[in-house]
Amino acid sequence: MTLPGTPSQTVGPFFTIGLCRRPKNELVARGVRLVGRLLDGQDEPVNDGVIEIFDAASGRWGRCGTDVEGRFSFLVAPDTPHVEAYVFARGLLKHQLTRIQLSDAERDDGALRFDIRLQGDRQTVFFAV
Amino acid sequence: MAVSDEPTPIVLPDDPGFGLDVQIDYPGYRSTRWRAPDRPLVTLPEELHQLEGPVFGDDAPGEDDNDLTRQHAGDPLGERIVVSGRVLDEDARPISGALVEVWQANAAGRYHHEVDQHPAPLDPNFSGAGRCLTDDEGGYRFVTVKPGAYPWGNHENAWRPAHIHFSIFGRLFTQRLVTQMYFPGDPLFAYDPIFNAVRNPKARALLVARFDLEQTQPEWALGYTWDIVLGRGAGATRIEP
Repeated sequence: MTLPGTPSQTVGPFFTIGLCRRPKNELVARGVRLVGRLLDGQDEPVNDGVIEIFDAASGRWGRCGTDVEGRFSFLVAPDTPHVEAYVFARGLLKHQLTRIQLSDAERDDGALRFDIRLQGDRQTVFFAV
Repeated sequence: MAVSDEPTPIVLPDDPGFGLDVQIDYPGYRSTRWRAPDRPLVTLPEELHQLEGPVFGDDAPGEDDNDLTRQHAGDPLGERIVVSGRVLDEDARPISGALVEVWQANAAGRYHHEVDQHPAPLDPNFSGAGRCLTDDEGGYRFVTVKPGAYPWGNHENAWRPAHIHFSIFGRLFTQRLVTQMYFPGDPLFAYDPIFNAVRNPKARALLVARFDLEQTQPEWALGYTWDIVLGRGAGATRIEP
């Protein structure tokens, strides 16, 4: 028997009360800073999004809501080659999944930088899930 | 070229061809315009198919985190309800230890959130957030109050049907799901572009809880039952023909 899966709906604009009550963006006590911005198809910051990353090698997980500039920030293990990242936002009816290659990420003042673009010619590569 | 005077329809007709998928570029939901991805998706890396998701043992919810009516000194206003159900995979196997997080408006339709400024009262006894881990049978249970409908700026006289936001982590990493649970018979269903962005009416029905007299607590609370099925790539699995 196969049951039909429950459909997705947007996280909406008020998710911080349910998802961001406690800071969860430091996967390790000491590591390297991973920063980036969540941007829409007009390159405008998405200030009501949430990014979840998962370091499959260590099982460590983190979550960060975006700020007014669309920025997110994590602390990750320095030797992790990549993390998987789910993106949620108001206006996004289903989450999107990407992989952040830390080894390839741009260096910016000691931090790794990876911007996520939801739409357009420079859209981030999202996986079919 | 003639410009059409036809306004964008808020709700499109049903289309069972969409299977269980939500249409991410649904035009009636205006915020999708610049946020819905429009480039082809890439095949999921093989190693993610069987990857197990994060475990939340070290940050487990407290025993009372699933009772949204006991987070303050007094009782919240509104219709007290119990919302319960099971988290299952596509083969109807229970998913135990799944983290379920919920958030919602209060009984007046107001969120305890700085962005929500619509003129309905806040309730000092209601924050509107809860969480729990599913039990061995995949069961979850929340005690709360029924959220009110509320206006939003999507189009003229736009109101969201009453709903509770749910976030669920499955056993597998790809079973992640964020969705909304609705209440049966809501008169706003026909006008809501977020609900109707799920184009198949059979799939939309999966978002609606059922009133459950067996779960209703005499002299205390109405019961609603809502089961959640996490597909592989939750929220986007095919529907059986």
